[in-house]
Order: sequence, then C-alpha cells, then structure tokens
Amino acid sequence: MNLSEMIPLLELQSLHTAWQDAPVQGAYCSDLMSDVMANAAEADVLITIQGHRNTVAVATLVGARGIIVCNNRPIPDDMRSAAEDEQIALFISNENQFVVSGKLYHLLTQTDV
Amino acid sequence: MNQSNHGLPFDTDKSSPIIVDIIYRLKIRDVMSTDIIVCPLAATMEDAQVLMRENAISGLPVMDGERLAGIISVDDVIQALVDQKTSAPVQEYMSRQVIVLEDDMPLSFGISWLDRYHYGRFPVLNNRKELVGIITSRDIIVTLLLEMNREIERFEEQTKNTAASTTGFHLEYSTRPFDFEMAGRLSTETKRELKQRNLPPKVIRRVAVATYELEMNQVVHAQGGTVRVTYDGKMGTVEIHARDRGPGIPDVEAALREGFSTATDWIRSLGFGAGMGLPNTQRVADAFSIESAISGTNVTVTIRTMEDT
Repeated sequence: MNLSEMIPLLELQSLHTAWQDAPVQGAYCSDLMSDVMANAAEADVLITIQGHRNTVAVATLVGARGIIVCNNRPIPDDMRSAAEDEQIALFISNENQFVVSGKLYHLLTQTDV
Repeated sequence: MNQSNHGLPFDTDKSSPIIVDIIYRLKIRDVMSTDIIVCPLAATMEDAQVLMRENAISGLPVMDGERLAGIISVDDVIQALVDQKTSAPVQEYMSRQVIVLEDDMPLSFGISWLDRYHYGRFPVLNNRKELVGIITSRDIIVTLLLEMNREIERFEEQTKNTAASTTGFHLEYSTRPFDFEMAGRLSTETKRELKQRNLPPKVIRRVAVATYELEMNQVVHAQGGTVRVTYDGKMGTVEIHARDRGPGIPDVEAALREGFSTATDWIRSLGFGAGMGLPNTQRVADAFSIESAISGTNVTVTIRTMEDT
C-alpha cells in the first residue's frame, strides 16, 4: 500500500505536498525517540503523538516514509517546514495511536497476505 | 552473430561492452552527413570534377531526378582524364552497382561495409528508397570519437565518485543546553556526507543514531559541549567523539543501563530522556568508551564502515 492510498483509508490530513508517494512496508508506534531510533525500520510509518521537529529528525534518521501525529495534536510550523525540507510525509489523525495502529495493521496484513 | 561480426576490426564477444554497445546503438542516420552534394545525370565529367574540387570531396551520388542512379568518384574523373573525355556525361563513367546503406541500420553495418566493399562512401536511403544522406569513414571516425569521449567522461565521473568514497571528512558541532532545535544538525550533515560516499545504509544509520543520541544527551544533560565526527576512508572507520563541560555522570554504570534516566518530566514529554541514549549508542558502536567527571564527560564511539568484517 502506498502512502497516498493510506490517506483516505485512515482519514488522514496531509500537512504538505513535498513528499514522494512510496509503498509503506510497516509501521512503528512509539512516543519515545530513542526507541524509534533503535527499533523502527526503513519504509515504516511512524505513529506518535510527538508533534515537534525532533520527531522529523528521528523519522528521517531511520528512513521512515512518513509520520502520523495522532489525537489531532497541534503541529508547530517549524515541524511542518522541517518535514517539507526533509521531504518526509506528515499527517495528522483525529484518532489515537491504538486506533491508527490497529487500522493500519489490518490494512497492511490484508494487502500482504 | 558471426555474420554481423564480419568486417568489424574486433571480436565483439571479447570486446568492451561499452564499445560494442556504441556501434550497435548508433544508427546510420546518427552518423551520416545530411548535407549531400549531388550531381545530375546530365552533368559532364568536368562538372563532376569541379563539384568535387569546390567541396573538397572525392565522390558524388548521381541523381536521375529523385532517384539515385549511380555514384561518381575521383577515380572515375582520373579515368576520364586519361581517356581525354572530360566532356563526356557522368553516366558513362559512374558506377551503377551502388552499394547503399539504410538509415535505420546499426553503425556496425557501416563499419563492416567500408571494409567489405572498399568504397570511401555509401549513399544512405530511407525506407522509401529516397536518398537522405551519405556516410564516409570520416563521419564514422568523428562520431565514434565523440561517443567514446562521452563514455569515458561518464566512466571517469564514476571513478571519481569511487575515489570520493575513501575521502575522509571531519565535522564538528557545538551543543547548548536545551537547544533542541539545533540538535540533530550534526547527525543530518554526517548522514549526507556518508551517503555521498555510498557507504552501506546500515552503517549510515548506526552512525546517525550514535551522533544523534550523543548530541541529544548533551542538549538534555550537559552545560554545552561539542560532538565531532571523523571519517577515515582508508581505515574504513567513523569515529565520534562527544565532549561536554559537565556536570558529569555520577553513576556511569547506571547510565549505561537501559531505562535509567535523570531527565526532567518536560524533557520526557518530548520523547527524550527515557534512559536509552547511551545504551542505544553503545549498541550501534563497534568500540565504545566513556569517562566522566564533574568537569565533563567524554564519549568515544568507533563504527567500522566495511560490512564484511
């Protein structure tokens, strides 16, 4: 499943357009940056509530495809522009991490099997 | 395969695939001259000689209206001189058995036909049998030289990139207490440099994790410091050296244990200070050392960039 296909299915809002559409391999759900660095895989989507620019740095560092900030947390401008600079997708969701992770897990295993 | 190799000055099976690719990729139409000087059927041998001299060429296609009727060369002009018949019409001396090439044939045909037929030039026809160009060995030499030059430039560019992968670099950034905005700069910059040198992605990630964690550690815990990255391409090592101005880690052993942290709640709320920084750094390092005093903490990490060792 591509990032663009994920948007309507998870009812996400994309915060900028400077990202390349690409297949999502998996996802990692964590609010702990060191944990993300240690365990997230390349081409994952990061599901988190950490709405600040360091999240972009960490997501870029692990080669994540995009970031989904949950619970409709406000996104500071510098985070949005950092994501734009790094060309990493940045989405917000009304749902919490559990719901987003659950839906995404379902979608990814459905298309994979 | 042997058939098409005939007349080529080298064995295509044993030659550089780049050169073989050039002579099969290029079509006759890419090589031929389209600026064709022709001679009408009604012209005399003297007319033909004047045309050749004025244009510094040694042969002319002879045209019967739109149709190619033959080809006349310097040899034919000389023969007419010997016969003292320079006012004879060209059709008396021209070669009628003209060997032509088609414009969509690969260049390899042009090269082998020059050898096979011992003519200096071949008229080129399109699929409607219209004369669209003329090809000489000079055209072939010039095009081949230009094409080979392009390929060699590309090859040299590649070699340069390979050489660059062993070129070392040195980066150093300072950190300030709680300046989260600036943290990650060194890691980003380092990652970019290593990517340019085509190092394995896994190695780049390990280096990026270590630099980011060490920068973040200083931002969260220290009264400022510096993190330095040195890549030695010949040794195949990245050395990261973090040095801060204190206040030091009271219990280094505890700090290396996952989950141990002295970070404040607001730092934790940003997703940092979970007690994973040093353990993460140690995990990605091939060699790791730490010493800490009230005056400051020094962490040295070595990561080997060769994957097979």
